[in-house]
Amino acid sequence: MNGNGYSVSVRDLVKKFGDFTAVDHINLETSRGEVFGFLGPNGAGKSTTIRILCGLLRPTSGTATVAGYDVAREPETVRQQIGYMSQKFSLYNDLRVIENLRFFAGLYNVPRDLAEKRIAWALAMAGLAGRERLITGTLPGGWKQRLALGCAVLHQPPIVFLDEPTSGVDPISRRQFWELIHHMAGEGVTAFVTTHYMEEAEYCNRLALIDRGRIVALGTPGELKKRAMKGELLLVECSPLGRAVELAQQAPGVLDAAVFGNAMHLVVEAASTAIPALRDYLRQRDVTVHNIEAIPPTLEDVFVSLTAGRKEQA
Amino acid sequence: MSWHRLAAIARKELIQIWRDSRSLGIVLVMPLAMMLLFGYGVNLDIKHIPVCVFDREGSQQSQDLLKRFQSSEYFDVVRVVDSYPALVRAIDSDRARVGLVIAHDFSERLRTGETASVQAIVDATDDNTANLAIGYTQSVVSGFSEQVQVDWLRQQGRPQPNPPIAVDARTWFNEDLESKAFIVPGVLALVMSVIGAFLTSLTIAREWERGTMEQLISTPVTPLEIMLGKLAPYFVIGMLNTALCAAVGIWWFEVPFRGSLMTLFASSALFMMAVLGLGFFISVIGKSQLAASQMALVATFLPAFLLSGFLFSIDQMPAVIRAITHVIPARYFVTILKSVFLKGSGLALLEGELLALALFAVALTLTATHSFKKKLG
Repeated sequence: MNGNGYSVSVRDLVKKFGDFTAVDHINLETSRGEVFGFLGPNGAGKSTTIRILCGLLRPTSGTATVAGYDVAREPETVRQQIGYMSQKFSLYNDLRVIENLRFFAGLYNVPRDLAEKRIAWALAMAGLAGRERLITGTLPGGWKQRLALGCAVLHQPPIVFLDEPTSGVDPISRRQFWELIHHMAGEGVTAFVTTHYMEEAEYCNRLALIDRGRIVALGTPGELKKRAMKGELLLVECSPLGRAVELAQQAPGVLDAAVFGNAMHLVVEAASTAIPALRDYLRQRDVTVHNIEAIPPTLEDVFVSLTAGRKEQA
Repeated sequence: MSWHRLAAIARKELIQIWRDSRSLGIVLVMPLAMMLLFGYGVNLDIKHIPVCVFDREGSQQSQDLLKRFQSSEYFDVVRVVDSYPALVRAIDSDRARVGLVIAHDFSERLRTGETASVQAIVDATDDNTANLAIGYTQSVVSGFSEQVQVDWLRQQGRPQPNPPIAVDARTWFNEDLESKAFIVPGVLALVMSVIGAFLTSLTIAREWERGTMEQLISTPVTPLEIMLGKLAPYFVIGMLNTALCAAVGIWWFEVPFRGSLMTLFASSALFMMAVLGLGFFISVIGKSQLAASQMALVATFLPAFLLSGFLFSIDQMPAVIRAITHVIPARYFVTILKSVFLKGSGLALLEGELLALALFAVALTLTATHSFKKKLG
């Protein structure tokens, strides 16, 4: 790896489609062996960014280097260094498992003797050993995704880009998939993973929250929960819940209120003063309060609080 | 350029053709089906035209004339009627294409040396058949007329005169005047157009449609490797089918083959390259399988069928259409095919056509290479 030492480095990256700005001045770096998450809702610009990094789209402005090579100037060199799994399943459904693996081993120019070893490794990794002759299209979703990952890393690239690798896959397969990613990271591979599942962000070493083309927060999951949240989070169990949320939204000191399961989550400026005040406020308005406590925020809370702030500015 | 990558793509493409029943059908069944369809089905020879006769006289001589019609291979007397409306009905109902009416004074006029007339009513819905029917009728009647004259002179004791001019026709190249000898060689061009352009038009479009292209272009494979890898199997299949069709034409339909196999395969290879290039280009710009396959049919199959001289003579086309045929690769290929099969013309005589095909092959392959970019959107 040459250049600045980062496996992926993005500076002021912008991508416009006509008037629409899909990626809006993004900056980020990933280091070797890092699992970097790119988290945001559908249409936030995750796939566009990843496609630029794989040399599939030209950036409108800004620069991006992958393994030290500029993606706009040396896309072919970049492609030697990466494995890519696109959002849509993109292996050949009409080919057998082994035929897909051999095809991609050929495309990546993996030498023949090494290819057989790598294919055996990929089959074992994907849990498909003994199922080489199955037609790919007949495999369940989780196996397909693992096979796609196997195909993308046959040439042992230092960096893999995985675009929504777990969408449409059952929870157990998703967990297995993340274990695979971490296993590869342990061997020094940088994994750049997009997802819109908030709970998956916890699997990442570091992550960027992206919303409407902009990175709204960047750090480890722990840092984001501590720093990025404006105010503190309260869990309030009370009844009737619906009326309580409406009331809480107008209560002094409450920044945000939302139903969360059979309770509500409130964002307040300071938990210590807000708890007694809210207890009185709700009781006076005929709401029975069973429990109020300060809780650590989930990434979803962080994300909602950050993007809610942007909406008000907009 | 990496042979390893090129081979990987070619092998994958071959597997996909093999697994896709539609492609496999086109590759295995279509060429033979087209040969049989055109070899048996399309017959430009007009023989056994059904004739309805209304003989108002019923004399020995009118019967002699009708016998001439009956014994000609061009006519079949299918109906003899005794009224004019019945004759009209026979033509209206398509039971007869020609209605012959022999006048009630036919033999009387012949005897007195006056001109006797035979009325021929011809169904001209199909103008070409009608023209030929009129021609054949005239030739049957004039043969009879000559015979009458000769008999009359002999009765008078005069010597038989020689006709002033006689046409001495020799048919070359297609000595038996069989239309299948004219049609069958051209079927090769149709088969290759379908294999070359129609099938390849699907290959790139299919990858875009199924989303596999995104994965493919994220690898270090080059556009040239993709193109050559994808086209190689179709080239081989196309050439095998050419050989198959040529064999069926020569041994099954007994079309003469007088040229060299070298000329046949050299020109086939050039034509194949041209249609493959065109098919690939269409696949790149079409982006969907439906759009691409329709464009491919319009761009290759239809011109090969209509404008190549396969069935319809280019010399008879209006000047504008004739000019257009110059940009149809199939035109040159069909000319070569007919010459190689029937005339046995060698490479030297077909220089111009071969050069034109080579130009198309190079131009279309280059266009195809440049049209394909490893970029999304």
